[in-house]
Amino acid sequence: MTNNPLEFKENYDVIIVGAGPGGSIAARDCAERGLETLVIEKRQELGTPVRCGEGLGEAWMDIAGLEYDPTWCVKEIKGAIVFPPNEKSLKMPTENKGYIVERKIFEKRLAEQAGRKGAKYLLKTRVKHAIKEDGKVKGVVAVDDEGQEKEYRAKIVIAADGVESPTAKSIGINTVNKLIDIESGYEYEMTNINVDPEDTEYINIWIGNEIAPGGYIWAFYKSNDTANVGIGVNSVMKEKTAKEYLDEWITNNPQYFENAVITEKKGGAVPIGKPIEQPYENGFMIIGDAAHMVNPIHGGGMGIAMESARIAAKVAAEAIKQEDYSKEFLSKFAEEWWETRGKQLLEVQKVRKFVETLSDKEFNKLREILDAEGVLELTEASDFSKFLKIFKKSPKIAMKAVKAFK
Amino acid sequence: MPVQSNPNKCISCGGCVSVCPANALELRGSDIVVDTERCIDCETCMKFCPVNALRKKQQEKGLIYPMENEE
Ligand SMILES: Cc1cc2nc3c(=O)[nH]c(=O)nc-3n(C[C@H](O)[C@H](O)[C@H](O)COP(=O)(O)OP(=O)(O)OC[C@H]3O[C@@H](n4cnc5c(N)ncnc54)[C@H](O)[C@@H]3O)c2cc1C
Ligand code: SF4
Ligand code: SF4
Repeated sequence: MTNNPLEFKENYDVIIVGAGPGGSIAARDCAERGLETLVIEKRQELGTPVRCGEGLGEAWMDIAGLEYDPTWCVKEIKGAIVFPPNEKSLKMPTENKGYIVERKIFEKRLAEQAGRKGAKYLLKTRVKHAIKEDGKVKGVVAVDDEGQEKEYRAKIVIAADGVESPTAKSIGINTVNKLIDIESGYEYEMTNINVDPEDTEYINIWIGNEIAPGGYIWAFYKSNDTANVGIGVNSVMKEKTAKEYLDEWITNNPQYFENAVITEKKGGAVPIGKPIEQPYENGFMIIGDAAHMVNPIHGGGMGIAMESARIAAKVAAEAIKQEDYSKEFLSKFAEEWWETRGKQLLEVQKVRKFVETLSDKEFNKLREILDAEGVLELTEASDFSKFLKIFKKSPKIAMKAVKAFK
Repeated sequence: MPVQSNPNKCISCGGCVSVCPANALELRGSDIVVDTERCIDCETCMKFCPVNALRKKQQEKGLIYPMENEE
């Protein structure tokens, strides 16, 4: 009876809320370890509407245990081209290639992988709140596609419900994003763009306070003339809507967009504040965007979500084996995540604070000082010796860096 | 007056939900639902919205109906 795709039991080992990249990787790993796994997703179609620029580094695919798949890896990317305010672009090839992915297909493929391992998917079903009894999370209450409210119980609930993060909030964990810590994003997918084909092999980034305060504009190409053209602006620093900034910029750049056609409109919120310090409770873990696990400089979060999912799934399996779902046990998840990724993101957080203080003139100056490699290292906070270079050439910018990093 | 969302403009990005300090917003299907009882009028959601889809509610029966009328 339980193998009928239309029928769902009331009890599981693990319930995962949300079938984004984080949720489905967690589901795949849990099911692979033999856990009875249920994914509850409120959307009727996975991946839509898209809220993403769709850039994914290959290194993240390795971390997530994913192989190249031409159905969703639609274009290979060799690096980045950054256009500072004075337009003197900087081409940054990198050894770590990446892909522009088609998320609608990507998310479905991830669910297929998890499904083949035995995870169950309940779509168009919205989790209303987690069930908490005696201080422990015991499952969720969800509203299905008939409007029926039902209880589903599990030993562990993993909240992978994205930036809205309703499940954690329902048990009093504060995952609300402060306005200063959220990027307001808007994006078009456009075709018939007029661009040098060579440039489409890089992600194209435009920075400057005039065009995108506290953020940037991007063009991530899916083919020689088709791209996600989007913007993220800091919600406090912006003076008009993200859409207005993007529309103005597109209008001012007819050399690319004069004959372009818009085939998709989308947007979203990128949580660029600090990750939630304790993303767990008794019987409960929070992964990905729901726990603000995102690179706060470039806003990439798919890879980080999938990485956190793998750690959470591993800890869930251990917990279930030892029949210990306490927050003391599940804190292992947070410990390992902070060690693998969290600490690095806190450093990137400081880079973000520094970059946010720069004027357009200083952006131009920084571009003169730093080589391609230096800029990349800045966004990953991997090598601070580059800052020494800044110190020597521009004391004023250096002072700002010191302030941000102290 | 609590906020309301204009479904013609809204792109269902969920960002307003993520910044609301009162947990008064929810994305159901492609529409934003406002719990008028909870909304504290802080306008944080309006400041976030990438397409200016949120505004203060003008009349009692708006485009968005309160949560308790649902389900
Ligand atoms: C404009 C923009 C551009 C971006 N560009 C990039 C990029 O180029 N590269 C990159 O790596 N990252 C990018 N990101 C970030 C990336 O999209 C996220 O970090 C990533 O989607 C996080 O994955 P997740 O699985 O944690 O959450 P999500 O992908 O958000 O998935 C959450 C899922 O939970 C579901 N859900 C929510 N509430 C409920 C509920 N109550 N019940 C059931 N299900 C629920 C949602 O429907 C959704 O399917 C971008 C983000 C934005 C907004
Ligand atoms: S922030 Fe605006 S566009 Fe996004 S879901 Fe809310 S009302 Fe809709
Ligand atoms: S005005 Fe404030 S409390 Fe009301 S919905 Fe918007 S963010 Fe929430």
